[in-house]
Amino acid sequence: MPLNDSFLHSLRAIVGDDRLLTLAEDLVPYSFDGTAALKGRPGAVVFPLTTDEVSACVRVAAEALVPIITRGSGTGLSGGSVPSPDALVICLVRMDRILHVDAENLTMRVQAGAVTVKIDEAASKHGLLYPPDPGSMRISTIGGNVAENSGGLRGLKYGVTRDYVMSLEVVLADGRITRFGSACVKDVAGYSMKDLFVGSEGTLGIVTEVLLRLVPKPAARRTMLALFDTMEAAASTVSAIIAAKIIPCTLEFLDRTTAGCVEDYAKVGLPTDCEAVLLMETDGHPAAVTDEAALMADIARQQGAREVRTAKDDAEAARLAAARRNAFSALARRRPTTILEDVTVPRTELATMVTFIAQIARHYDLQVGTFGHMGDGNLHPTFLTDERDEAEMARVHHALNDIVTKTLELGGTITGEHGVGLAKKPWLRQQMGDHSYELMREVKRALDPKGLLNPGKIFD
Amino acid sequence: MADVTLKTIDYAVLQQCMHCGMCLPTCPTYDATKLERNSPRGRIALMRAVADGELEVGKTFADEMSYCLGCLACQTACPAGVQYATLFETARADIERSGVNQSVSRDFWRTLTLRILFQRPSLLRAAGAGLRVYQRTGLEALVRRTGLTRLLPPSLRRVEPQAPPIAAKFSNALIRPVEQATGEARFRVALLTGCVQDLVFSDINRDTADALLANGCTVETPPVQPCCGSLHAHNGETDLAKALARRMIDLFPPHAYDAIISNAGGCGSHLRHYGPLLADDPAYRDRAHAWDRKLKDVHEWLIQIGARPPKASPFDAPLSLTYHDSCHLVHGQKISTQPRELLRMIPGVTLTELPEASWCCGSAGVYTITQPDQATKLQERKTAHIIATKATCVATANPGCHLQVARGLDAAGSTIEVTHPVSLLARAYRREQ
Repeated sequence: MPLNDSFLHSLRAIVGDDRLLTLAEDLVPYSFDGTAALKGRPGAVVFPLTTDEVSACVRVAAEALVPIITRGSGTGLSGGSVPSPDALVICLVRMDRILHVDAENLTMRVQAGAVTVKIDEAASKHGLLYPPDPGSMRISTIGGNVAENSGGLRGLKYGVTRDYVMSLEVVLADGRITRFGSACVKDVAGYSMKDLFVGSEGTLGIVTEVLLRLVPKPAARRTMLALFDTMEAAASTVSAIIAAKIIPCTLEFLDRTTAGCVEDYAKVGLPTDCEAVLLMETDGHPAAVTDEAALMADIARQQGAREVRTAKDDAEAARLAAARRNAFSALARRRPTTILEDVTVPRTELATMVTFIAQIARHYDLQVGTFGHMGDGNLHPTFLTDERDEAEMARVHHALNDIVTKTLELGGTITGEHGVGLAKKPWLRQQMGDHSYELMREVKRALDPKGLLNPGKIFD
Repeated sequence: MADVTLKTIDYAVLQQCMHCGMCLPTCPTYDATKLERNSPRGRIALMRAVADGELEVGKTFADEMSYCLGCLACQTACPAGVQYATLFETARADIERSGVNQSVSRDFWRTLTLRILFQRPSLLRAAGAGLRVYQRTGLEALVRRTGLTRLLPPSLRRVEPQAPPIAAKFSNALIRPVEQATGEARFRVALLTGCVQDLVFSDINRDTADALLANGCTVETPPVQPCCGSLHAHNGETDLAKALARRMIDLFPPHAYDAIISNAGGCGSHLRHYGPLLADDPAYRDRAHAWDRKLKDVHEWLIQIGARPPKASPFDAPLSLTYHDSCHLVHGQKISTQPRELLRMIPGVTLTELPEASWCCGSAGVYTITQPDQATKLQERKTAHIIATKATCVATANPGCHLQVARGLDAAGSTIEVTHPVSLLARAYRREQ
């Protein structure tokens, strides 16, 4: 049902004419996020500038029973910010200020629409680092990162977004403004509500402000590429490095298809004639970096690496990491539709999983490019297909089902860092089990009794 | 390509955009408004909605495609390899066909420029000569001082002060049809003199010829050359663009040259794609592909043939220099290292990298006329960066950028000289004697 005039009038009273979109030409570009083949045209989009404006918009939507989809830059990979038809999109990209860097307490306070890379740049000016670096960091917003609990290339050593959230300002489903967490390193007062909201995918509240933890910038780093003739050898190298009690900052993996597409785009000198490439990086004290880099190179060779190359300087290292961040999008060079998976398994199961994915692709006669954060056990097998080919899409669905089933058998999870959203919804109950699944729905009902916040995401 | 519309274009070209958003931070219009509609993936979503029959080509759609600079920064950023230029030109052609933008004054100007002036090179030169008389006789100053410009229709009133200063002599008066290489002739090349370049910067064409001659190229420069059709293609007049492409290929048969040289970023970006433009024309298709292979940007060609570093400096004292990338050179043709390499070869100049060097300066063809506010914002942003480098001179390789940057610096009260990389190179070669 299209949004009625009195509702739009109320929104206009809050944000004014120029921050409310209702024209078809304005709404079509808000019908999707970074996920393939999912779309839904919203009824209106608003751009609040303050938490109070967000709260006021939520109040009128709650009264009119209009569903709300919170959105940042729309780079999500599970359909988390794809609107339900005629919903209200609250887009936070104009709440993008970095409010305060506290270099003494190693924290930074930012609005939800602040762009991830700007946060890291602001930290860098003070000799600090904001570690989570999702592939879309040049445009993704911190609010979206918090909502999806995003990971990144440095996750292996530094963890994910959750590990850097100290406190949150949240607008609840009825418009109340709340704060959870504090600026203290230790804080066990009450339930850890902030942790409930991190990764809640916009279904429990709207994050408007975040207090982030920062860490000192490492003094040195070294980036290497190891080239392998089999994917299994790359996977066993990762297991061997972990087993040798080294925690590198990055252990990223690209298969031949992915490396080819990335090199096509970025021209950074990635090899395209080997079955697997590992991007390995260690950072920290210069002496430790030297030791660890040598050890990792040795292990890679012992596991059968054809060659281990070292980036000659920081600029080359940065180019390699940037190229890797574009892997998913670069895969779209091959076929019109790219269906991306995010399965994660315990690291000892990596070789099994990688082999299984290759078998499944052959079995269903599908093209697949696999890459991912191998050090985290987090793989992104990506099916290269065409959404207009129904028969092939049906085979893709079967393949996804088999991969998920295998992942769960191996003790893994259906999503390591992209969130459930719409894309992974069909498999959540299978992973969680009935009791846990129902408990989550009870939490949702308690916080959003009218079911207006990002309805239909995670579960129905 | 003439008959291709958003509804008939190969759907895979639209689908290629998987809307990941990597283009957003590189788009000057998205940066200005933070509205998805003003972003590359937003515009592609609109085009796809038109293709799917979910949206009509109306005034709003036309306005959006006019707001796009066509700078193609998104094409450089796009990991998926989306052909934004193709989509954009198809959308603009759809808009022309729909007639939503038609008005008497717009039709008059489009006909005068695209169908008359930029079709007949001699007429264009005659108009240029007339404009020079107006600028040089004091008539211009008089008209402006007495406020007579107020009598002009609004569209012309906006254009009048933007008319560039016309050169005293055009390229045909400065360059002989065939000039022999200095020393041993290693290559035979054709030199394209362009339209704006010919009227306003004919000296840059002369410099281009000199730089080529000094590097073993015999240079052929026919005195009368048609427009390359870039203006027409960017503005939705595909049929005219195709006709001009055929005339160019007839005048410059690709097999006769080692290279066909362009020195203007905007023209080169279009000139390299005659193949796709004439793909449906069996009589020209093969020659068009051969043409594309021969077409070289002058910097690209000079580096490719191993240009000789000059032995003299173009300046009396050492100075610092910066370089602004023309969008259609860096994004349209992926030429960014070669001009810098040439500049570094020149004795007595130090190249300082310009922050946001590849961010559009707002010139973008007729953008300064169609979107004056946004054009000015981008101009001011560019000018501020240039001034901050403390360089004495800024080099750029496209006439539109050249004028836009020069005006911006002028408005900011700066005396930084604007030049073309090849002009500095030629000046240095000349000072060797």
